[in-house]
Amino acid sequence: MSDTSINAEMEARRVSRREFIKRVIASGAVASSASFVMGGLAGCSPRPGTVAGSVERLISLNVNGQLRRVDVLPQETLAMTLRYKLGLTGTKLSCDRAECGACTVMIEGTTYYSCSTLTHSVRNRKVTTIEGLRGPNGELHPVQQAFVDELGPQCGFCTPGQVVAAVALLQKNPRPTREEARHAMSGNLCRCGAYDNYLNAIMRAAGNTAEIHHGA
Amino acid sequence: MAHKLLGKDFLPHDVVAKVTGEAKYAEDFRAEGMVFARLLSSPYPHARVKSIDVSEALKIPGVVGVLLPEDVKNPDAPDIPLLTMEPGYVGAPIMLVAAEDETTAQDAIEKVRIEFEPLPFHVDPLASLHPDAHDARTDGNVGAAGVKFQTLKWTKEDFDNAGSRMPAGKAAQEWEYGDLDATFARCKLVLDETFVHASNSHHSMEPRTAMAYWQNGKCILHVSSQSQSFIAPALAGMIGIPPSDLVLVAEYCGGGFGSKGGAYPLQALPALLSRKINRPVMMRISRAEEYYNGSARLGFQGQVKLGFAEDGKLLAADLYVIQENGACQSFFDFRNAADGLSILYQPEAMRWRGMPVYANSIIRSAQRGPGYNQIAHIMEPLLDKAARELKVDRLAIRLKNAGGHQAAFGAKRATVSSCYIKEALEKGAAKFGWQERLARHGRKNGSKVTAVAICQAFHPAGFSGFDGLMRILPTGKVHIHTGVGNLGTFSHSSTSRIAAEVLKLNWDDVIIERGDSRRHLPWNIGQFGSNTNFTMARTNYVAAMDALAKLKEIAARRFGGSPEQYDIDGRRVFRKGSPGTGMTYGEAAQRAIQMGGKYDGHELPKDINPMTQTSATAIAGTGLVGVAKDNLPLTGAPAAFAAAFVEIELDLETGKHVILDYMGVADCGTVIHPAGLETQIKSGAVQGFGVAALERIVYDPQNGLPASVGFYQAKPPTYGDVALRFRTDAVDLPDPSSPLGTKGIGEPLLGCATAAVLCALSEAIGGHVFNRTPVVPDMILNQLAGRPHPHGPLQVNCQ
Repeated sequence: MSDTSINAEMEARRVSRREFIKRVIASGAVASSASFVMGGLAGCSPRPGTVAGSVERLISLNVNGQLRRVDVLPQETLAMTLRYKLGLTGTKLSCDRAECGACTVMIEGTTYYSCSTLTHSVRNRKVTTIEGLRGPNGELHPVQQAFVDELGPQCGFCTPGQVVAAVALLQKNPRPTREEARHAMSGNLCRCGAYDNYLNAIMRAAGNTAEIHHGA
Repeated sequence: MAHKLLGKDFLPHDVVAKVTGEAKYAEDFRAEGMVFARLLSSPYPHARVKSIDVSEALKIPGVVGVLLPEDVKNPDAPDIPLLTMEPGYVGAPIMLVAAEDETTAQDAIEKVRIEFEPLPFHVDPLASLHPDAHDARTDGNVGAAGVKFQTLKWTKEDFDNAGSRMPAGKAAQEWEYGDLDATFARCKLVLDETFVHASNSHHSMEPRTAMAYWQNGKCILHVSSQSQSFIAPALAGMIGIPPSDLVLVAEYCGGGFGSKGGAYPLQALPALLSRKINRPVMMRISRAEEYYNGSARLGFQGQVKLGFAEDGKLLAADLYVIQENGACQSFFDFRNAADGLSILYQPEAMRWRGMPVYANSIIRSAQRGPGYNQIAHIMEPLLDKAARELKVDRLAIRLKNAGGHQAAFGAKRATVSSCYIKEALEKGAAKFGWQERLARHGRKNGSKVTAVAICQAFHPAGFSGFDGLMRILPTGKVHIHTGVGNLGTFSHSSTSRIAAEVLKLNWDDVIIERGDSRRHLPWNIGQFGSNTNFTMARTNYVAAMDALAKLKEIAARRFGGSPEQYDIDGRRVFRKGSPGTGMTYGEAAQRAIQMGGKYDGHELPKDINPMTQTSATAIAGTGLVGVAKDNLPLTGAPAAFAAAFVEIELDLETGKHVILDYMGVADCGTVIHPAGLETQIKSGAVQGFGVAALERIVYDPQNGLPASVGFYQAKPPTYGDVALRFRTDAVDLPDPSSPLGTKGIGEPLLGCATAAVLCALSEAIGGHVFNRTPVVPDMILNQLAGRPHPHGPLQVNCQ
């Protein structure tokens, strides 16, 4: 990925973050004084009237190629909808603040932090989660297979987000250099520190065997 | 000896689920009627809760109940309370509210009327020892495991007379061997330095969310835990039930690094609230709450005096460590640091003094290499300083000081089971091309300067005395039951391969039972990093040896002769010299069931743990059961060593560095899982890079408020911080106390990498040693410009 496109990508994310906050404010959800409360609304669906403006609306989502009908609050994040209403728990929540990438999904082929994306904003757009990557017969996506072959995951908690980010990268840039991959993946944290394994996996999936690093 | 499985790569059984999102962590479980709990946490660094009025909160529609301090039985101070009326840090849990949904629970939290009486506090352990300074707790200021919980202040004179040294009053604990004064007197070079090692969070990606419900008198608990069997007794104790009534599910753990090794209160709270309100309870933990309660490495303030001979041999060491405990009981890094120094450098005479001091800061616990790594991070740059002043090569000074298999350490001068650090240093130096790299050391390219460094670290590598449990089924499948936990290192599987190796099994015939106490797990060590491999290798070995003996006995009964006349091939047990005379493992298992008694688990060894007794009894009659306690002999303390080699480029205009090349070499005994080892060498180094140059805990000393409660503030390493090139290798020589030669390695892999980056940064700026972690770009720029640093030499929680 060139520097220009990285900048464009980052700018797009910035805008979406700003947009996110604007929409939350507009929705009437009041930021709690206890600032560390998740934005997320677990077990979503507070009782009617308990949160200002918290009226659910039935909407249609396109998730992993399926049409899913779901009741969604104005301030509900995509991560919460996926995890608590659609049963797609492969998308993880770690920071809930657009810092770590554990909740990464693809929307129309571009990576988004689903913890910081309002569900209402993705109506009529194609959402792909980690559960949507396997082939029709259950076979692993080539990127998933490469992550297995390179012993990518350690604790595994960041792995779904890493895999989705890697798939999105290779869709845009099928033959990235290791350095390009390092830049492209930098929105996904891994506390175990398995970055080198993940980069090896991406190089393997891209067929760039010259840049797979092993041994002494 | 050629092994069938050891030293060979394999696919651990939990990897595919991790890349597909099917792996279930605590927050991924649901239960019918589940409600959500939110914590009410302390906004004060230290306060007394005068009153709690929940009446308005309970009126909110959807609120189901509360859990108050009076509802829980707290452990004795200074252990971490479940809920507290005297919070000692910002974020300390005071009470919980449960509601039908999380938003309502949080709304209810806002309606709780709670009256606090703020109390004095501090976030600087050293300063708090002054007689006029406040203490963090009202019931004592000093304590740790092995040190009495007490009030112990230093005198005004201790502070007034310190000069440029660290003030040093009476220690809470100390030891000494050799003639310290006489040994210092004959040293060619004496270094006497203060140091600060920052505390840094564990930053586990999975916050310590937990979900609990009760069924038929049993508590079903989904937790984030590194450990499985080991935490059950303590966790059941917090809930107030016998361990047999706790169903513990911890199949996956989203990172722990020591912070989820033992049982912790946030695991128990949903269980207690669930019992009170008779509803399943999910308690999600936010990232900020994880930073408050998820614990951190223990920070150090200290003084170290080192005496060297002309050839670089460390003759005398005098170490004083003040450890920041946080507000509650934590770990004993301060004591480990002393053992670490003595084992790595083998001084002839040494004194250690330690003060574990409580502070009004976040919970602390063991973090990858507790104490042993901090001391490597402090000592290795000083070793380079000595090498520079004595004009000794940096590799040579390490080889000079390294101990061999007779390396003695600590006050008791105990010895290790094996030590191949010399071999690791030499192997690494050859493969990294140490001498050739030295040629470009110090080379400048514009504003950038190249520097290389070589470093080492140590950690104990195991325990003994736990149990092994396995069974061979009539189908021929072999179930290995392991209660060790899943930290992400695959050691639940790699150590199970010891049992498979003994029985010469095909790995495809092995099923690993783990992750859920209903799978009948033995009493095993927790997933304690470097300690796991050695400890679990022994338990799996003894269980497999028991199964092997039973296979041979069953065959001898069936075909005649003595058991010694029989052998195995991984599928059959047969008479030596007459391979046709024998039976398959499956047939032997069928006969074991018919024979009963010890063969199928109806009679058990008397010395196994009650947990293993229960589990073995549950599987009795299903096959040939191999079960035993590890009573194998120990030839010394198991010890793991690691060496690191690094080349960096530092930009003298920005203070930023890039790690161009990193090589890690492990002394982990016989290599059990090469790909897993490579993974650990690299990723341990990544964590080390963070400790060296990024990670910090920051407190506002005026108000006791933490300023590092998000990833972006506390700064774990990212893709942008890794080495551009990693290399890995191992000595691969066996440890004599481990049945098949294996021992652990996880922890020193971090320590040697941190030290290597710190040493390289010092080298790049001409040799100045900061005696502090992390070394951030501002410090480098200030140093190069001759400006004073904004922090005092012994100031903590400040950058």
